[in-house]
Amino acid sequence: MRTRLTDSVIPGTAAAIVVLLAAIVSAQAPSYRAPRTGDGKPNLNGIWQALNTADWDLQGHAASKGPVPSLGAVFAVPPGLSVVEGGEIPYLPAAAAKKKQNQANWTTLDPEAKCYLPGVPRATYLPYPFQIVQSPQTILMSYEYAGAVRVVNMGAPTKAPADSWMGWSNGRWEGDTLVVDVTSQLDSTWFDRAGSFHSDALHVVERYTPRSADTLTYEATIEDPKVFSRPWKISMPLYRRVEKDAKLLEYKCVEFAEELLYGSLRKKSSN
Amino acid sequence: MGRRFLASTAALAAVVLIALLSQAPAAGQAPSSAAKATTAGKAWTPPRTPDGKPELQGIWSDNTLTPFERPKNLGAKEFYTDQEVVELAKRVREGRPGEEIEGAQLGAANPQAVRYDLELYGFDRTKLRYTSNRTSLIVGPEGVVPPMLPQARERNAARAAKNKGHEFDSHEQRPLSERCLLMGQEAIPMTPGANEGNLLQIVQGPGYVTLLHEIDHNTRVIPTDGRPHLPQNIRLWQGDSVGHWEGNTLVVDTTNFTNLTAFRGSSENLHLVERFTRAADDTMIYQFTVEDPATWAKPWTAEVPWTKTKGPVYEYACHEGNTMISTILRGARVAEEEAAKKGK
Repeated sequence: MRTRLTDSVIPGTAAAIVVLLAAIVSAQAPSYRAPRTGDGKPNLNGIWQALNTADWDLQGHAASKGPVPSLGAVFAVPPGLSVVEGGEIPYLPAAAAKKKQNQANWTTLDPEAKCYLPGVPRATYLPYPFQIVQSPQTILMSYEYAGAVRVVNMGAPTKAPADSWMGWSNGRWEGDTLVVDVTSQLDSTWFDRAGSFHSDALHVVERYTPRSADTLTYEATIEDPKVFSRPWKISMPLYRRVEKDAKLLEYKCVEFAEELLYGSLRKKSSN
Repeated sequence: MGRRFLASTAALAAVVLIALLSQAPAAGQAPSSAAKATTAGKAWTPPRTPDGKPELQGIWSDNTLTPFERPKNLGAKEFYTDQEVVELAKRVREGRPGEEIEGAQLGAANPQAVRYDLELYGFDRTKLRYTSNRTSLIVGPEGVVPPMLPQARERNAARAAKNKGHEFDSHEQRPLSERCLLMGQEAIPMTPGANEGNLLQIVQGPGYVTLLHEIDHNTRVIPTDGRPHLPQNIRLWQGDSVGHWEGNTLVVDTTNFTNLTAFRGSSENLHLVERFTRAADDTMIYQFTVEDPATWAKPWTAEVPWTKTKGPVYEYACHEGNTMISTILRGARVAEEEAAKKGK
């Protein structure tokens, strides 16, 4: 009994000290201060992109064979470390089974394959750039993928008029960090090509923190009691697209998804 | 923003206080007349964004009763009198269901065209109004789209002929709007359509103006930093837009359209110039000029007043909810099967 107590108390105390130290370090050393906009807010304007394999699989994964053998190595799955804090997504047992099923059938089930709006946080780490356009009242985020967009309300928080693919975003500043609270997302989006999913109870809190002139730290806390046993967090850097005249181009992927969606309904070529 | 608001409120309070003190003996006079005179005398100047540009931000509606082209019987009459506008609007409000009214573009508010609940979607015709005295959105003595050049007619006829008899073969033969690739109203230039989905939201950041059209969540992020257009070989459904400021007006120049992005029969060489000018706190004048020597003998211009409105702008997930294409194609396949059975 005694040993068990000390076993649990000592690591507990150690953890508390670590947390305390971390808090002191982060409070004492605001390592980078972002430049300001005309109205004195941290300036996050720019075109940003994740540089990782999170869209393939949020969790750590080795390289593997792609789903279309005829494409050879071109569409093989690249390897990557987990962007999930602690490595694993804490699925409830039934949800873990569904995730496996999703993964086994992802080429036909993944909303990305159908060019559907990606939802949050997936929009952020899809392998396409997105642009932040910042005004005092609203922050618009325009995503190259599927022309997805959302407008973050920076005023008094408002309620969603309806559930939607991209959800309802209320933002606020915490020091240099833009915190966005995202609610009212439909249950139809996924988190990655590995079948990670959620329900309509999804609540996402995002944090965009400038870490240098050309990088941001992106964090998203994901809460969904119908699917996960506890809230969990992803974290990754975002990189500024610094090339001259960088621009979001049009990626209306609908026409690339139509064969998958409607191909079986083509008129038979015999006549 | 908050600080500026406070400062202006304080200034206003001071003015009111001084006015009250000095005018105390003549309490019977109307103080508002002086205020009215000063605002009416000056041209309206737009507020500025934090980086000093004219502010176009907000949620706008391009809903209007003014038809795109001028009714034939009006000839070269470019403007109605105030009285005529009042009378026309009254006719719209009191019109019988299904009644066509010349000089009024009723769109979806025409009960024959309504597909939804009037209350729910705001198609209540009694709420529609004229947004200017213009007899048509197209400006100038003609007030109509210039006649299409013979070569353009042939081009468009050839395309239509190629599709004829194959309309239901596959998704590729269906109209772009049905495929949620490019809807009528989101396509640029932006023209008011069927009195639904007329909302536009503008958000400005340093060096950029973004325009979000509710229809199909179409978003244009327009740089205003003087950069050139994309190379000619990069063709986009919505073209490539670059902007610059001329006084209080945002001027946006668009080229690089695809050969399928036809605006009223235009070619891929369409050159579009749009001008956005705030005329009052609640009014934006959206003017556009289209030029396409392969389609029309001369450029032509239209002017659409936008009215500031309340949001929210809803998410218009067209493709995600598209059951139209699969239903139409499935119907066509079933019809073919049945025809084949009968033929045997």
